[in-house]
Amino acid sequence: MNQWKNFTKGFIKENPVFVLLLGLCPVLGVTTSAINGLGMGLATTFVLVMSNTVVSLIKNVIPPKVRIPSYIVVIASFVTVVDLSMNAYLPALHAQLGLFIPLIVVNCLVLGRAEAFASKNSLGSSIIDGLGMGLGFAFALTLLGAVREILGSLSIFGIPIADADGMLVFVLAPGAFLGLAYLIALMRKFTKN
Amino acid sequence: MAQKESNILNMVLTLFLVTATAALTLGFVYNATKGPIAEAKQQKLEQAISKVLPEFDKLEPKEGIRVKPGNGTDSLTFYVAYKGDKRVGTAVRTYTDQGFSGRFWIMVGFLPDGTINNTAVLEHKETPGLGDKMEAGKGDFPKQFMGKNPENFALTVTKDGGDVDAITAATISSRAFCDAAQRAYNTFMNKKEGGTE
Repeated sequence: MNQWKNFTKGFIKENPVFVLLLGLCPVLGVTTSAINGLGMGLATTFVLVMSNTVVSLIKNVIPPKVRIPSYIVVIASFVTVVDLSMNAYLPALHAQLGLFIPLIVVNCLVLGRAEAFASKNSLGSSIIDGLGMGLGFAFALTLLGAVREILGSLSIFGIPIADADGMLVFVLAPGAFLGLAYLIALMRKFTKN
Repeated sequence: MAQKESNILNMVLTLFLVTATAALTLGFVYNATKGPIAEAKQQKLEQAISKVLPEFDKLEPKEGIRVKPGNGTDSLTFYVAYKGDKRVGTAVRTYTDQGFSGRFWIMVGFLPDGTINNTAVLEHKETPGLGDKMEAGKGDFPKQFMGKNPENFALTVTKDGGDVDAITAATISSRAFCDAAQRAYNTFMNKKEGGTE
């Protein structure tokens, strides 16, 4: 398979958030600001690349009947590694993302890529797939976080752009659904042709 | 290469190897990050204490005293600060359960007469852009507490007849902040009058 295409498909054509609609729980939950979206996206990217790597390496020695539990253990281990390291070295971001970091375990995107791609493809392709999908996920989360931050708090990456109160609804939960719906609609319009 | 057949032996063996490797890795990472995590937590606590109190030389005792409040389930922690032999203030680690997203912890520094010197937010889950304006540097809300004595400064928002200007669109967070400060003040005064200093 063309590796470049394999990498870029995660951004537009098969973007996990805008097209595949996978892993929407953290998408809606953490994107109250651009920096939260970016942090969550990069944490998920790390887990995705590492789990794709390991799953691709062990795919031939795992008996098919126990492959799902094995994949889950691999994913959960990497999530805990991210959780602990973030807590140690980025305590401020960890406090913001809080509960959503352990929840990467049950993000269907990670298990989905392990089962649908990494368990059937070579090591190289799997790493590139994890990287592309992860960065596509991070891109989507940052974009949604930026939209909600600009409309809701009139700032971007924590830097104020105007001295007034934003539209509160965009910071609260309903704003996540509104923002995501409009972004998906725009995405559809651009990619239709 | 064709996939292997599943039989009881290789399934058990595989799962054992996978979980054992995972456990080993996690044990290693846990050990490596244990120090920095505790350090970051301690550093945050010390920063908050020195922010809410006037200049001091030492805390006595260093790890604080746990005090049960009149109302509420959890203990507050008192850090008594001395400059030389003189007591210059007490930092109280206090909490509220009335936050918009549940419990949050703040630090309130009192001068010996009960005047609030300053406040700091320790950990919270309040809405970014709204309730988090109670953090210093994100709004003017915490400034109004500085130098006020709750004896003649009612720790409730103006909407409820108090003296505190609530954060716009975050009355719940503001009320909760006041609740936490009030709990700290009541416990502080109670302890003082009880003569257990």
